[in-house]
Amino acid sequence: MTRTLTHLQRLEAESIHIMREVAAEAEKPVMLYSVGKDSAVMLHLARRAFHPSPPPFPLLHVDTTWKFRAMYEMRDRMAAESGMDLLVYQNPEARARGINPFDHGALHTDMWKTEGLKQALDKYGFDVAFGGARRDEEKSRAKERVFSFRSANHRWDPKNQRPELWSLYNARKARGESIRVFPISNWTELDIWQYIHLENIPIVPLYFAALRPTVERDGLILMVDDDRFPLKPGETPVERSVRFRTLGCYPLTGAVESQAATLPEVIQEMLLTTTSERQGRAIDHDQSASMEKKKQEGYF
Amino acid sequence: MAAEMSPSPSYAADALIAQDIDAYLVKHQHKSLLRFITCGSVDDGKSTLIGRLLYDSKMIFEDQLATLEADSKRVGTQGQEIDFALLVDGLAAEREQGITIDVAYRFFATDRRKFIVADTPGHEQYTRNMVTGASTADLAVILIDARKGMLTQTRRHSYLCHLIGIRNIVLAVNKMDLIGYDRARYEAIVGDYRAFAASIGVTDFTPMPISGFKGDNVTSVSANTPWYCGPSLMAHLETVELDVTADQARPFRMPVQWVNRPNLDFRGFSGLISSGSVKPGDSVRILPSSKTTTVSRIVTLDGDLEEAVAGQSVTLTLADEVDCSRGDVISVADAPPQAADQFEATLVWMADEALLPGRPYWLKLGAQTVTARIQAPKYQVNINTLEHTAAKTLELNAIGVANLSTDKTIVFEPYEANRTLGGFILIDKLTNATVAAGMLHFSLRRAQNVHWQALDVTREHRADLKNQKSAVLWFTGLSGAGKSTIANLVEKRLLRMNRHTFLLDGDNVRHGLNKDLGFTDADRVENVRRVGEVAKLMTDAGLIVITAFISPFRAERDMVRQMMAAGEFVEVHIDTPLSEAEARDVKGLYKKARSGQLKNFTGIDSPYEAPVSPELRIDTTKLTPEQAADLIVEYLIP
Repeated sequence: MTRTLTHLQRLEAESIHIMREVAAEAEKPVMLYSVGKDSAVMLHLARRAFHPSPPPFPLLHVDTTWKFRAMYEMRDRMAAESGMDLLVYQNPEARARGINPFDHGALHTDMWKTEGLKQALDKYGFDVAFGGARRDEEKSRAKERVFSFRSANHRWDPKNQRPELWSLYNARKARGESIRVFPISNWTELDIWQYIHLENIPIVPLYFAALRPTVERDGLILMVDDDRFPLKPGETPVERSVRFRTLGCYPLTGAVESQAATLPEVIQEMLLTTTSERQGRAIDHDQSASMEKKKQEGYF
Repeated sequence: MAAEMSPSPSYAADALIAQDIDAYLVKHQHKSLLRFITCGSVDDGKSTLIGRLLYDSKMIFEDQLATLEADSKRVGTQGQEIDFALLVDGLAAEREQGITIDVAYRFFATDRRKFIVADTPGHEQYTRNMVTGASTADLAVILIDARKGMLTQTRRHSYLCHLIGIRNIVLAVNKMDLIGYDRARYEAIVGDYRAFAASIGVTDFTPMPISGFKGDNVTSVSANTPWYCGPSLMAHLETVELDVTADQARPFRMPVQWVNRPNLDFRGFSGLISSGSVKPGDSVRILPSSKTTTVSRIVTLDGDLEEAVAGQSVTLTLADEVDCSRGDVISVADAPPQAADQFEATLVWMADEALLPGRPYWLKLGAQTVTARIQAPKYQVNINTLEHTAAKTLELNAIGVANLSTDKTIVFEPYEANRTLGGFILIDKLTNATVAAGMLHFSLRRAQNVHWQALDVTREHRADLKNQKSAVLWFTGLSGAGKSTIANLVEKRLLRMNRHTFLLDGDNVRHGLNKDLGFTDADRVENVRRVGEVAKLMTDAGLIVITAFISPFRAERDMVRQMMAAGEFVEVHIDTPLSEAEARDVKGLYKKARSGQLKNFTGIDSPYEAPVSPELRIDTTKLTPEQAADLIVEYLIP
């Protein structure tokens, strides 16, 4: 009697296979953990891959100090539950200069995230870093490899990537070079949601609709998550029933008005919605092909 | 305009989503997964077809559709109508920038299946790209433009799909709308293809008349082709048998990726099951040791499993404490795969730097990584004519058949029986690039018949008699660096110290043992390999061997180092700058090379890879040959 594996079982098996290859071949791997739903799935898969051992690598959160408070709570809870070490890195220069998303625009992402990530990898000497990027997120990611090579100064050289055949991954590299590995490359947004539903994976409550204090700016609904949010003259936070489709720095992440308070309702709304996922993220609107450019500079 | 050509609206969600989301989720949890590849150029309507599949399966959101409509009017090739090709042609700009594009992956889903499409754009890198995309595909859609019929590229695509072992081939005769849905024309094309397919060993394929642009027979059967009785392309994709399901019927095999050892009481073996199924209590055999035991448990995060099948990543525990580590294969006990160290294989070359027969490469197969050497190809296949031609090497995108040997026994199966245990990649040891994909055909019997003869008199006996330790002083450096001069002095000093030596000199060996070799990269590799083997025999005889060869490539010097016992190989870099060596030009060779009379001359038009950490580096601009010789002898006999 043959059994037909479901698409989620196949995706799960592939992701686990990729993680085990890294565990076996890398000298010092790390899992980048951004606390979002993709990170939640990636972490869950890592626990599956190595059970009953804890995943044989730490979690690294490259912090900007501007995440939602609920994200910090979830981060600390998941690190404790998984039995993994949690490393939190904040770029000291960005901290000293008080870089923030209100006054510094693109520099905020560049210093806290792109530079912060490079500094953290160099500081700890990690040679392989797992990331939760998916190929369906954006056109330029459709061709990204599962194992993506970075030079000693963290640059992504699109001309020098390796062909990936079958389930064979070439993890060899020279000293100083590093690899970003994307174990959930082949998952789509719907796959992620279905898997979270099926496996009961904890996610940040911000994904569910609730009354939250918000202001509307440049067409984005922003949540006033703490008192660092500078209100403009005449601006008063308004209670709206909102949820978030992606999570990042709270001043940069647009909410959608929604009544979806449970996971099936969120999935329902996602399936019935008519705009693609990244609309709520300011970063992609900067300039065309901006994701490609950020990637070359070392952003995930 | 868009409405006229699109039977379904851009994003009309399943009614069930709004009515009963829980029922919808349950229904969609049981989808299977099909991976396929589309073969054809933009001219065949490939991008249009993929765009159409995404559009018809409601994967296009309103914002994307708005962008698409705007782009279609601005840069589209379909006038005012929607140009589906723009949905997937996000790669044009990158092509202009010279970025290598191999495979782009697209996703869509229907109620029954999730699909991953490998899209391989570009003409130049076609072989490399297609083989990469096809390696994970269950099915290939080969597109033919109905107006043009079979073309050279149709043959090429079909050959590559067959080579990589794709069992399900769909022949999509596209642009039927442009030939007025002419049945006779369609059948003539299918007939031509059938004859060709049989000639390359493709016994079965599924033809269908379609129009990616108009949508005929793509998601539903078209009224324009009443004479066509088959399914629509989508219906076929939704029902065709998956490789992963077919693999369950084969014997159980699981390459061990990782040993799970949280504490002394638990020892699990983790891997992805490549074929068959496994249950607790099954007798299994560990390869290559051939030890047998039984499976105790199949361990997962949410409890033990009663059974696991091909395609699942699992952790097994075994009843006995048998040796088992990464690279080993756990197999059903009574039908194990073979282990061997010499094979015939097909290679697809994927790097700018051509194959160097004899050079050691890393070979990765399953979880096994070993050193492999490839012999000169038996032949190369012209993928346009499918003729076999003679070849000394394989260049980028070439396909050839060659014998290869590995330094360790590997567990394998012929590629056609098991992709996981028969497919491998080759990795350059210096650049770490993936340079080739390969498929093992069979092991060569020789491996089983040539055994090492155990000898009673050992190399230590022979060396002791001479009151010395065997060693190889391996001189490397540019032509004219002073290797032979210093080597001569070193040998004279050792002789005076009653040491038994032998000097192998580059020029002299090329008069005899290696007189059949020239100065191409491939011949240089073979030259060093032979000298290495001779030096090895001489160290077995107890001698101190001194070699004076340019030996320009690090990989070969490292290969010889590996052949010798630890500490026996002493790499001596006779370091003379090119300008200095050229100024000396004792043999007048640099002059000849500069004037073009001498080709492949090291330092001029052939590279010299200086040692990274040699045991000794002799700077000839600071030391006289005599001082250099003293230094070397002192290193050897302190």
